[in-house]
Order: sequence, then C-alpha cells, then structure tokens
Amino acid sequence: MELILAIGIGVLTTCGVWLLLRPRTFQVIVGLSLLSYAVNLFIFGMGRLRINAAPVVNGGTVDPLSYTDPVPQALVLTAIVIGFAMTALFLVVMLAVRGFTGTDHVDGKER
Amino acid sequence: MMMLQDHLIILPILLPLATGAFLLFVDDRHRPLKAGISFASTLALLVVAALLVHRAGLVGPVDGELTATYPLGNWPVPFGIVLVGDRLAALMVLLTAVLGMCTLVFAIARWHAVAPSFHSLLHFLLMGLCGAFLTGDLFNLFVFFEVLLAASYGLLLHGSGSARARAGLHYIAVNLATSSLFLIGAALIYGTTGTLNMADIAAKITNVPEADRGLLEAGAAILGVAFLTKSAMWPLGFWLTGAYAAASAPVAAVFAIMTKVGVYALLRLSLLFFGDAAGVSAGFGQLVLLYGGMGTIAYGAVSALAAQTTARLSGSLVLVSSGTLLAAIGLGNEGVVGGALFYLISSTLAISAMFLLVELVERVRMEGADILAVTMEAYGDDEEDEAVQEIGTVIPGAMAVLGISFAVCALVLSGLPPLSGFLAKFAMISPMLNPEGLATQNVVSPQAWWLASLLIISGFAALVALVRTGINTFWATLEEAPADVQVIEIVPVVTLLALCIVMAVMAGPILGYMDAAAQALYTPAGYINDVLGAPLAGSVAAP
Repeated sequence: MELILAIGIGVLTTCGVWLLLRPRTFQVIVGLSLLSYAVNLFIFGMGRLRINAAPVVNGGTVDPLSYTDPVPQALVLTAIVIGFAMTALFLVVMLAVRGFTGTDHVDGKER
Repeated sequence: MMMLQDHLIILPILLPLATGAFLLFVDDRHRPLKAGISFASTLALLVVAALLVHRAGLVGPVDGELTATYPLGNWPVPFGIVLVGDRLAALMVLLTAVLGMCTLVFAIARWHAVAPSFHSLLHFLLMGLCGAFLTGDLFNLFVFFEVLLAASYGLLLHGSGSARARAGLHYIAVNLATSSLFLIGAALIYGTTGTLNMADIAAKITNVPEADRGLLEAGAAILGVAFLTKSAMWPLGFWLTGAYAAASAPVAAVFAIMTKVGVYALLRLSLLFFGDAAGVSAGFGQLVLLYGGMGTIAYGAVSALAAQTTARLSGSLVLVSSGTLLAAIGLGNEGVVGGALFYLISSTLAISAMFLLVELVERVRMEGADILAVTMEAYGDDEEDEAVQEIGTVIPGAMAVLGISFAVCALVLSGLPPLSGFLAKFAMISPMLNPEGLATQNVVSPQAWWLASLLIISGFAALVALVRTGINTFWATLEEAPADVQVIEIVPVVTLLALCIVMAVMAGPILGYMDAAAQALYTPAGYINDVLGAPLAGSVAAP
C-alpha cells in the first residue's frame, strides 16, 4: 500500500509540475489541481498509513495504537476546501484574461 | 474592562472579519456609509493594535510572563490553536493597521468607487495579515496565509483591465504553487514531530530521532522555500515587480507589507526551530538566508537602476528591502536583527508612501518623465527647445507638497541622514562590524563586510534612481495645469512619512523596543514556556 501511495503521489506531482510549466492557462489550472491532489495525499500519508483503524476516539482510557491519527485527516479536509476555492478563483481570472486578451496563452499574447 | 483586556488579542482578527462580512451586505448605493463603517473599524483596529504594542512593551524581558497567549476555544495548548501576542507580533499588527488606515483613506478619494467589494476585500486582507502575525500554530498560519492571499488576488484585480488581469494570473499561479510547498513542508514537520504548535515543535525538535532528522530538515527547507517565495528572495521573486506595478496605488501600498509576512514567518520560525538550543540542527538554513538576501539586494539595486517606470522602481525597492531583512536575519546576530526590525518598519512605511505618491505624481507630470535618459534620446527628445519657453510658471501648491514628500521618501529609502532610513542602516551596520559589542576587540566576518558594503551600495543605487525620477518629474516644465489632487489623498502620504520622521526623533525608545523584541526572539525558551504553559480561561491558578 505504501508503494502504491508513493507512486500515486509521484505520478500526480510529475504531471502537475509538467502541466504547470506549459504555456496554456488551461494546462496550468489542471496542473495546479493535480499538484494539490498530490499534496493532499502526501499530508494524509504523513499521518502514517493504517488499515481498519478509526480516527475518532471513544471516551475513557484508550490504546492509541488501535486508532489512526485524526489530525492529518482534518488538515487534508481544510486543504481540499481551500484548494477548491482557490482553483475556482483562478478559473475566473483565467476566463477574464481570455476575455481581455483573446488568447489562452499565460502571457496574454502568442509569442 | 478586565474582560476586554483578556480578549484584546483576538480583536485584530475578529474586527476586520466582522466588518468585511457585514460590508458585503451593504449596497454600493450607500457608499459614504460603507466608507464610514470601514473607516471606524480600521480606526478601532489601530487602537487595538496600539494597545497590544503597549501591553507587549510593558512586560520586561526578565520578569515573569513574556507573551500574551490566547487559547482559542479554551483548548489546552498543544492540542488547540493558540494566539500569541509578543513584541514582534504586536508590532507587525500595528504596522498592518497603520498601512490599512492610510490605504483606506487614500482609496476613499476615488479608488473605492471602482468596484463594490473594495472595502470587504481590504478588511479580509487585514484579517489575514493580523492572523498570520498572531497565530502560534503552523497550520493556522497556512490558513491565514490563504485568507490574505485570497483577498490579495481580489485586490490586485481591483480596477480591472488587461494588464491587471494578466499580472493577476501570474501572481495567483505562483502563489498557488507556493501554497502546495507550504503544505508539504508543514506535513513533513508534523510527520516528524507529531505536533503543529510552533512552540511545541520547537520543544520537540531536539527529540527527533536521528533517522528522521533528514526528513525534518527537508520539511523545514520546503517550508522555507515557500516563505522565501512570498518574501521575494532572488531568484524566487520575479513575480513581484510585475504584480506590484500592475496593482492600483492603494492596493500596492498595502501590498508593501505582504512580503514582510514571509520575512516575519522566517524570522520567527528559523529562530524558534533552529536556534542555539536545537542541537544538531542549530542554524539550519542560515547561510541560504544570508547569501539569498545579499543576492536579492544586488538584484533589487540593479533593477531599481534599470527601472523604466516609477511603479517598477518602487517594486525594485521592495526587493531591496526584502533582501536586506533576509540577509540581516541570515547573519544571525541579535543586534543586527534589532536594527533590521527598525528597518522593516521604516522601509515598509516609506515604500507604502512611495506607491501612493507614484499615482499622484503620475497624474501631474509630463509624458515620458520616467523613461531613462538614454531611451529618451533614442526616441529623439529635444530638450533645448522646451527649456526656454515656460520660465515663470508658478509651482502649484500640490506639486510642492508632492515634491517635498518625494524628497523625504527618497531620503528614507536610500538611507541618508537625518531620517529613519539612515538610523535603521546604522543600527544594522554597527552591530555587524562590532558583533561582540563596542567594548571588546571584534573580529568581523567577511560576510558582514560584504553585507555592510552591499547595504551602502544599494542605498546609493536607490538614491540615483530616485533622484533621476525626481528631477525628471519635479524639475520638468509643466505643460498644462496640474491635475487635481485631493486633500485626503495627500494626508495618508504625509502621515506615513511623518511616522518615519517620528521614528527618527523617537529612535531611542523605539530601538529599545526592537532590541527587546530581537532578544526575545533569540531566547526562544521564554516563548516556548509561555505558550506551552498558557493558562486556560476559567481555570483556577494553583495555590
């Protein structure tokens, strides 16, 4: 499972960085989205991978070993929400630039 | 009043949030009402910030509790988010409030009418800035960074237009990628230390097992790259000049503090995590800050000399200011950092005033005044013909005020006596050349020599660039009656510059405050103890 997650993060990051460096705004926005997926998985991985363990602790004295770390999951949730909002905002600006310049090149003009 | 005293520290976040949210629902037909509410709220923020600074300055560096803490939701400290109001944080909040106030007053003259959401966005930006300065939690810092960035995206586009939209696109793309780096860094640090509370991380950093140390340092480095991009260190700062030049004047003026958020985070976290107590990792990344900062100063100075428009010149001066601060932090001397804090305030105020001035001046002056003389000759400018014609043109009052303000601005930014820019540079260079204090025999490191000379050379470059612009603008013959400049547009500029003069006059107590702040930064044990031992509300102190 570690291997699959690591490969997944790696592939997403590679694609994200590649697309981010492309000259079309649409490619940039897809690249940023892929990058943020990779980052979300990475944060999740930083809480250590556990199978069949609940993140919510019942009251009383508990053995922390039988629970998974809830903090990274909360962080991922926040990061997803913020990333989603930012992507939407970027999309609006992208459309505005397209309207202003008539091209989807990131510099606003074909070279 | 005891209640309000206790909750003082959260007001800089709640006040702009409530105002910004409320103003969204006020229709733009009631614009004077909107401006009034906005003004009153910012005034209150200013008062709160002044009270915070006053309170932070009261507690001595030796006796008892150093820092005001505020556990949000009354959660015990390493688990919940905590707000921390020490000297540095309070000072930055005050600077934010001052810039916010001046920007607001300037914008009320005309800019706020361009789009309906200006006031809300400005208040959300202030909220993000204050939150980033006050929070004691790494992930919460990320959230406040995103709040201020989201507001800044909106503000950068304020006024619309093709140039702004294009600059905005680059700015947003760079910052979104940087936010990813921030998250990766924060996650790595959480993964190795198991906590997100800054003080708790600092306390646990020595216990990190040797096998994880590489991971921790990688996390810190990635986090550092994110902050360095925000503070526009060379070669990560190419986004800055374009974005700042495209922004409308009041927006650029408040953006002057945005690079300082990155500098603040670096200053706080590098000294907290990798101070002398950090064991093996002590001093991690310091050399990068030093050389990166020096590179930024050099790049900023050259870029100031080559700038073709006054807005780009101001952007280059932001780079110089950023680089100076980063290099001063990288040198790792308590006295230098104290001077650097003084420089931070002085240069931010002056650059903010400069951005406002640029707009006013551009309304008045003739075409092509900001183009380099070489370029002007290339386009066949015949100076001799013009010079004879308009002798006896009375310099209009507005022009005189603008000219004097510009001169003061130039003095502060280039670091000439007698204003605060000179004192700031003096306060940095003196401990650089006397790292052990004035009384003892000092060995000055080559880096300190390099940095000191770079500081002076960059000041000279700024002086040349500013004088050139000033001569072309203010000593040029005016072809038509000067455009109207309203009083409330002049007042913020004059206020900002007057604060620089006040800083020069009251240099003693202010530098004392800065030195105490630097001393507190260099003794992180006090901060860590105060934050980790933060009392919860309603708990009875042990007898």
